[in-house]
Amino acid sequence: MRYAETGYNLDIDLSSGNVEKVETDPALTELHLGGLGTNARLLWDRVPPETDPLAPENLLIFGAGLLAGTPAPGANRTIVTTYSPQTLLMAYSMMGGFFAPEMKHAGFDKIIFSGRSPELVYVWINNDQVEIRDASHLQGKGVVETEELLKQELEDHDIQIASIGLAGENQVYYASIEHARSSASRAGIGAVMGSKNLKAVAVRGSKDVNIAKPNQFIELCNEALDYIQWRAENPVQHVPPILAGLGSPQEMAIHDEAWHTTAFSWGNARYRRKEFWSEEVEEEWSQVQDGAVQRLISCYNCPMKCGAIIAYPTQELSKYMMKCYSKLTYVMGAMVDNLEFGFRIAGLAQGYGVDSYTAPQVMAFAIELYEDGILTDEDLPDFPPDNEGRFFYLLEKIVHREGIGDVLANGVYWAARQIGKGAEAYDSNTIKKHEQIPIKLGMLNPIFFLMHSTGEKINITQIEGQLPQAPFPNKEDREEFVKDWFQAPSENIKDFFVKWEPRGDYAFPYFPDFQTACELVEWQETMHYIDDSTGICAGLSSFPIKPPYHIHNLPTLISAATGLDVDKERLWDKITRRNRSLLRAINSRRGLRRKDDKPPEDHWKKRFPEYEAQLLDEYYKFKGWNEDGVPTRETLRSLDLDDIGEDLEKRGIYANGQEDENS
Amino acid sequence: MPMAKKTKTVKVINIDLEKCNGCRACEVICSAFHASERYSLNNPARSRIRMIRKPLEDIYLPVYAGEYTAAECMGRDKYIIDGREYDECDFCRASCPSRDAFKEPDSGLPLKCDMCEDDPPQEEPLCVKWCLSDALTYEEREEEVDDEEEEQEQDLEQEEMERGLKALADQYGLDNVAGIMARMLKKE
Repeated sequence: MRYAETGYNLDIDLSSGNVEKVETDPALTELHLGGLGTNARLLWDRVPPETDPLAPENLLIFGAGLLAGTPAPGANRTIVTTYSPQTLLMAYSMMGGFFAPEMKHAGFDKIIFSGRSPELVYVWINNDQVEIRDASHLQGKGVVETEELLKQELEDHDIQIASIGLAGENQVYYASIEHARSSASRAGIGAVMGSKNLKAVAVRGSKDVNIAKPNQFIELCNEALDYIQWRAENPVQHVPPILAGLGSPQEMAIHDEAWHTTAFSWGNARYRRKEFWSEEVEEEWSQVQDGAVQRLISCYNCPMKCGAIIAYPTQELSKYMMKCYSKLTYVMGAMVDNLEFGFRIAGLAQGYGVDSYTAPQVMAFAIELYEDGILTDEDLPDFPPDNEGRFFYLLEKIVHREGIGDVLANGVYWAARQIGKGAEAYDSNTIKKHEQIPIKLGMLNPIFFLMHSTGEKINITQIEGQLPQAPFPNKEDREEFVKDWFQAPSENIKDFFVKWEPRGDYAFPYFPDFQTACELVEWQETMHYIDDSTGICAGLSSFPIKPPYHIHNLPTLISAATGLDVDKERLWDKITRRNRSLLRAINSRRGLRRKDDKPPEDHWKKRFPEYEAQLLDEYYKFKGWNEDGVPTRETLRSLDLDDIGEDLEKRGIYANGQEDENS
Repeated sequence: MPMAKKTKTVKVINIDLEKCNGCRACEVICSAFHASERYSLNNPARSRIRMIRKPLEDIYLPVYAGEYTAAECMGRDKYIIDGREYDECDFCRASCPSRDAFKEPDSGLPLKCDMCEDDPPQEEPLCVKWCLSDALTYEEREEEVDDEEEEQEQDLEQEEMERGLKALADQYGLDNVAGIMARMLKKE
């Protein structure tokens, strides 16, 4: 019997209509766990590196996390993996909700789509019955409507659905895949789904997910729940309210948006508005929010309430579900002081299925180009005078790929180069061609420098980890903080935190030393790699400060669920390092090199080019990668990935004269 | 000397629909607890509590498995509460031919909430324990019982067995079940 996983993948070739249930090799679970880890191995094995992301040869893999569908609270994530049409690198956007557990109950760890359907279709998976069905009646439909129509059509309200909207159908490079209150929205994976003519995937299952060591496992689950309750009553001190609790930032419940609105940038990631938040704004925004939020809601088997049902009373928009920061991204991108606008446009945009980080930035970018005369009335006929109107206008153009929208639909990086006339200079906030959260800071943060520059997720907010983002000014507070910081991986990390000061000898950028900086980065990476393979939500693990799941209890949780013998060393030193270097190798083979490992130019005002180069050198060394950021043959061999090292060597990826004394 | 009145403990789960966040943890822990080896699996299809979830209609309704019934109702009731329209069977606890809920997925045998009876007893039903939103809360109260009722209590186990057999007979035919029983007796 297989534990935690089902032991089967569902392989669907949309070109031929061929459907196969494929038993998986348990050895791969031992090497990579599941979710992201095994998704990555499949992508490496099955998609040639020169493949155009929108070509039928690309795969679109829905991978349930290894622990998704077990009773572990918050283990519910689906990791969607493919090559991105925007970054041209590997994309692995993820979603919570209810999809991954349903996949498991239907009997599948992964649903793997290849090929391209001749007509728009949806796939209906009901335990072992799999049908590819006509979706012409769903063409152009919003994602909320699509879900409702499918539930009616299939006569079951408990079906779980992942679908694309018009943006995905039109292969907008930042189209999302939406599911209930969640979405896998980064890096354009919705466009890949659109390129396959796949409108939706509907799943229903009634099979068991088995646990290897039931008593030990349930005890750990109960401990996690107890700690979640304790943390609700004991928020972390000395950080903004939005970061004091568990879950993703509690944007639907909390009214205090001082941190986001004053610390983050508005417009095309340009302007800080340090004085924006006031009592009047708080009062007005609280009223708007309370009027919009009908109920706080959760993902599968998770007590956190990070999402909400939004029922906006003053307009015709259908109800929708929202989470986290998207209520503010459009408001701040449009430089509009009106939260109501945020709820209105976010609902519309979600129906179309676009990423709520990238879309507002592309629109803000277009407005800047227009104001500076690079885009003209010819490009933007009947362009409204106000920014609210302009955002609605641009959204329509983009999702329909109409006129200038056809260019803007490719994201800031590509659009800037297609438009030319100096538009490239307005591409101010991308990493590896992908728009980032608009945050502009003063002093270089060496830890974030490494994470932003090298992270394979190419997404700032989902690289952050359990370390507070800024030092506490008072030493007593820092000492107090580490007293119950049992989540910290080592004494060295606690020592760092106690010493860490806003200014002076123990401040950024030259503090901490290289070794500690690399350790801090690797710890936070490791936590994310574990979550992305197990399907445990970052909101209970890698993301918040002092979470219930951490490096000391996750090995036991994974072992008890799966029956594998995983301890901290094996989980960190072997499995997650292996997955980390596997992802790097996949991207190396797609052409990623040192020159691409950089943050947005103006992410920090104070930059230190020589020191930053040293940081990268040290980090690459720490990871066992060469000077160009490619994992060495030796490193890959030591991680049981020698076939991958061999492939890189054959392709001449090591042949820059910098490699490789070990090979 | 007058006899002290006997009492029994009535176990009550309060369900506050406004507090439910729709996470289905109640289903998860119920199915895990009632697995033949405790906690050895998760499968909401085996759960004795089911969430009726229609997020866009703001319907979040946990329903507990109650009595088995061999036939569907002749008529149906539709509830409209605070503008939310509940389907005809939403509030019903029956394990009934009209729907999949409250039946073992492989055998089709009916399921019934037993308040997590355990030895030693759990502090509260586990669906309540795992509901950190407090949509489900638990209380016990003492009620006086007469002798007749007490006898009924003792018959509960018997009743449960009968219910299972009746369900099998409904599904496979009484003759069929009787035939199998006869064969089993022979083997003994």
